[in-house]
Formats: sequence, C-alpha cells, structure tokens
Amino acid sequence: MAGLTPSGQGNGSGYRRIVAPLLLPTWLMIGIFLVLPVLLMAIYSFLTKEFRGGVIWDFTLASYDQFFLNRGLFGDEPPVIEWTYITIFWRSIWQAAVATLICLAIGFPTAWFIATRPPRSRAIWLFLITIPYWVNLLIRTVSLKFLIRDNGPLNEPLMALGLITDPLPLVNTNLAVQLGLFYSYLPFMVLPIYAAVERYNFALSEAAADLYASRWVTLWEIVLPVVKPGIIAGCILVFVPSLGAFLAPDLLGGAKTFMIGSLIDEQFRGSQGNWPFGAAAAMILMTLVLIVLMFYARAQAREGAR
Amino acid sequence: MSTAIEIRSAVKRYGTTTALHAVSLEIADNAFFTLLGPSGCGKTTLLRCIAGFEDLNEGEIRLFGQDIARLDPNHRPVNTVFQHYALFPHMTVLENVAFGLKMIGVSLDDRRARAGRMLEMVHLSAFADRMPTQLSGGQQQRVALARALAPEPKVLLLDEPLSALDLKLRQAMRVELKTLQEETGITFVFVTHDQEEALTMSDRIAVMSQGRVQQVGSAREIYEAPVNRFVADFIGETNLIEVTVERIEGDWARVILPGGHVIRCAAAGTSPGKHHLSIRPERLSLAKTGELVATIERVVYLGTDLQLLTRLTSGEAIQVRLQNSARTEVPAPGTQVALHLEEGAARLLAD
Repeated sequence: MAGLTPSGQGNGSGYRRIVAPLLLPTWLMIGIFLVLPVLLMAIYSFLTKEFRGGVIWDFTLASYDQFFLNRGLFGDEPPVIEWTYITIFWRSIWQAAVATLICLAIGFPTAWFIATRPPRSRAIWLFLITIPYWVNLLIRTVSLKFLIRDNGPLNEPLMALGLITDPLPLVNTNLAVQLGLFYSYLPFMVLPIYAAVERYNFALSEAAADLYASRWVTLWEIVLPVVKPGIIAGCILVFVPSLGAFLAPDLLGGAKTFMIGSLIDEQFRGSQGNWPFGAAAAMILMTLVLIVLMFYARAQAREGAR
Repeated sequence: MSTAIEIRSAVKRYGTTTALHAVSLEIADNAFFTLLGPSGCGKTTLLRCIAGFEDLNEGEIRLFGQDIARLDPNHRPVNTVFQHYALFPHMTVLENVAFGLKMIGVSLDDRRARAGRMLEMVHLSAFADRMPTQLSGGQQQRVALARALAPEPKVLLLDEPLSALDLKLRQAMRVELKTLQEETGITFVFVTHDQEEALTMSDRIAVMSQGRVQQVGSAREIYEAPVNRFVADFIGETNLIEVTVERIEGDWARVILPGGHVIRCAAAGTSPGKHHLSIRPERLSLAKTGELVATIERVVYLGTDLQLLTRLTSGEAIQVRLQNSARTEVPAPGTQVALHLEEGAARLLAD
C-alpha cells in the first residue's frame, strides 16, 4: 500500500522538500504585494507628519487621535468626539451598501439570464458584460458624468419631449455616486452569481414545484439559499471596493458626498497632504472591512458545521 | 377498478423531433405501473408530462377524470421521485421530507410529526437532523421517496429511482418499493430501462420504443406473449426466426420453419405471409431424436444455467438454455443434437 500513496503524503520531510520551493513564488507575491505595503501603511499611521508631505520618524498616536477626537484648535481643550471623519465613514458605508444592493438587484437577474442560456451563447453574454471594463475606469466615470449632466444626452431628449421641464438634478448627488459605483462594479456581482447559478441543479426547482411550491416560493426557499455563496461573494466584491472608491465620488458627487476613498486620496496629494493621517484612515477602513469579513466567515463556518 | 391516469393521444415534440407519437394509456388506481423501454424511447418524457415539467403539444392527461395537462406542476396532486434524488442541499433530512407539507399549509407540529412518520417508514428516523450530503446514495434515495410520499399524493411518479444504486441495494429496494406501494395504496408510475426491475415489481408494464407504446400487459403477458419483435427482443432473451405462415386455421397457424419443418402455434392475430417467430431459450430442450436438428457450437457456463449456442442445419443460430443440475449432460461442441420445442413455446409475432 505504501507504494500507492502519492509521494510525500505520508512523509512530512519529503513533502516539504518538494512542495516548499514550488510555493515560494506565492509566498513572495503575498509578501511583496500584500504584507509589505500593509505593514508600511500600519507603520506610517503611527508616524509624525512632515509639512510638505512625507513623514518624520517620530512614533505617535496623533493621527488616530485626530480621527476620533477633537481637542480644540490648539489641542489644549478637553477632548470631545470628532464627528467629521466618522460621518464620512458612515456615509461611505451607506453609499457602498446602496450601490451593492443596486448591483444585486440588477446583477442577479442578469447572471440568471446568462446562466440559463445555451452554453454556446453564455460565453458571448459574459464577453458583452466585460467589454466596458476594457476601458479605463476614469474615462468611464467621466463619460457617465457627461451622460447625466444637465444638458447631457439623458436630460435633453427628456426635456425636448416635454416629459420634464427642468433637467433632472443628477450630478453631485448621492444617486449619481451610487450610479457610478454600480456602473464600476457590476461585473463583480454578475460573475460570482453566474458561477453559482450555472452550477445550480435545476432539478431542485422542479422538485420544489412538484412539492407544490410556487415560483416565488421556489426562488426564496430553494434557489436563493443554494446560490447564496455566489451572492455573498458578489456583495463582498462590490461592497469592499465601493467603500474605498474615490473616482466615482470625486467626479460624480459633490462636497456632500465626500467619501473615505477621497479623504485618503487627499492626504497623499501635494503639499497639503498628511501621510500619517491618510495611513491611519486607511488602517481604520481596513479594520472595518476585516470585521465584516470575519463575521461572514464565522457565519459560514457555523453553517458548514450543521 | 377505477382509473387513476388516462392519457389520450399525447403528442410531444421537441423542434423537429417527436418524442411522443399519440400515446394513449390507462393506468388503474392502486397499481404498480411501469413504463419500460430503452433510453430515448419517450418514457421519461411521458413521466415529465404527467408531472407537469413538460407541456404536451397535443392530447389529454386525466387524473381521476380531471384534465391536468394544462396545470402547472405545483397544482398537480402527483409527486415525483427524481432520478438523482434532487434533495434540497441546504435543508436537513426532516426539512426535506416536510417541505411538501409546508407548501400545502400543514402546521409546523403536524408536519414534523408526519415527516417523522415517513422517515420511520423508510427506516431513517435516526438521520432526521443530518444534511443530505451526509447520507449514502441508498439513504438519499429513501429520503427522496419519503419526501414524495409525505403529502400523500394520488399518484407517485418514479423516474429511474434505482439506477444510481449498486446491484444489492437495487434488489433490496425493489422489494421495499413494491411493499410500500401495497401498504400505501398509492398508484406508482415507475420509469425504468431495466426489464428485470420491471418484471419483478409491476402489476402492469407498458413497453415503449421510439415514442410509441408497443405493448401493455402484465409481466407474464409481455414476456410470454410479446406482440412484436421489439418487445420479444427487449424483454429477456429470445431467438427470432423468420418464418412463413402457410395458413390460419381458427386460432392456430401452420408455420413453416426455414428448414421446412412445420409447427403449429397460436395465430395471435397474424395473417398468412412472412413473420417472425420468438422462441425463448429456456423453452427449448435437447432430445435424442427429432426433426429440428442443430449442431452445438459453443457451451457457456453461467452458474445456474448452461447456455448452448447452436446452429440449425438451415443456418439459423439458436440459443438454448439448460438448467444446471447434477443430471445435466453437457454435450461437447460439434455434436449434433435434436432440439425439442415444447407445446406453446414458440410465439408468432405481428412483424
């Protein structure tokens, strides 16, 4: 029997000798492109700001203090909670959540439609979904702004037809930002849901109908729970980048729609930036995202253990 | 006995191919009815039309007199056991069995109790809280059965439910299915390509081929009195010989075998001319002397039986099956023997 086991499986040192070098590229990639940058950001967030950008190597908690607390103009008053940045974070979470829901509402039927086409035409539909993503995100976002501006190709015909008297005020609104986020990240919703629906066994729907379930009940009780992993993956893939997005809020939103991405972006631009503060905001954002993912992972583990 | 299902000239087309050619069938209440045929014969299509997963292009399906052909599957009081079970993977075994009851509005306590009783019936009470993926194929099969029986359908449809099980389990399940059908009194419509399965369980069998029902009858009828070459060949093993019917005398036909040997057999509605004769290998025996002379070409040892491959002097290959007993003399290949045809062993076919 020993000869039949794949080499290394029963033999720890042999396994390590063969597999460890093969894993090296992976470890290098993760080390250089993930661990190192995050570590750098973490360290920067505890440093002191240099006035024309950059940092001074003095360790301090000042950036986190500045994020959460207000100690008055000269820093000598008793601290009260600083709402500015918390509000920006809250708004960002809200915006990202709405964008995710819009993506889900449009993305699920789209993915369902594609996954239920004959195999040959599925590839074409998927290709069509991804085509816009060959164009740079900045250009696409600017185009969207052009599309929805007061005298753009959306408002003009509507006014010409007399359907509206004043242009729809879209630019610089929350709706515009959500539209921008939706447009930017829709494929990240469609693709994982498509993958889940494509694997879905339609005999389950037949079985549900056979057991007297209506179409809606079948959707709620059978289809959605079974393709749930794809839906959750899609939601995470849309929610997380939406939360940190800065192009759509910058270009389509106004001062009232300022989001975390823009806040962080600003800290690293030009001489008025504040690198440690930007790094601190990024770390807080990352912690937030990790907490959400951790809850998800724990919920998944519980379900798996049933 | 009342009729559970009546199918009248059911036609089903997929594009240019026709899956069902004006199929008509009557299925009696409280019967174990089997649709038997090779893959692609339309048996599963017919079952799916009864369940409502496919719509007929023409024809009627009546369930206890009511035309159901245009109803959605969730409005038809029939339940299905699927070939690959189609258990809901995110629900426990008990939840799976209780699903149909939940849909028809049975209260939580009631459906738990009833689903529990169903699981008891299929000997799976201990597995109520497991997920379907934690069960073996045979156990999943029983859950599928319990799930389909729980809402107490008027008719239970079974789509090759045993095909994914191994031989031993399949044989055990045959007996269990038959018992279950007798105990519940529910009409079972069972689809299979396995003739042994069909013969052992069914009260009546419809043999299907190329979208048409070839013959309907009891297991004994379709085995002993097949109407055409397809049925004779598909059910069990048989020798098909081209013969000439010389004349018909009342219920009897005078048949000339290829070597000129003349036999008498039931006319079975045939007319004079070329026909095929079906002779079951086990209905033939060896004799010392006789007019039907053959040469033994090969002897195959099958354990319970011996299979002799012989050739008539006129050139036709004929199989003979002898029971393997201590007294059986095994003739050596090359010997000439006479074949003895029992009275009624040969069956004249319509084609």
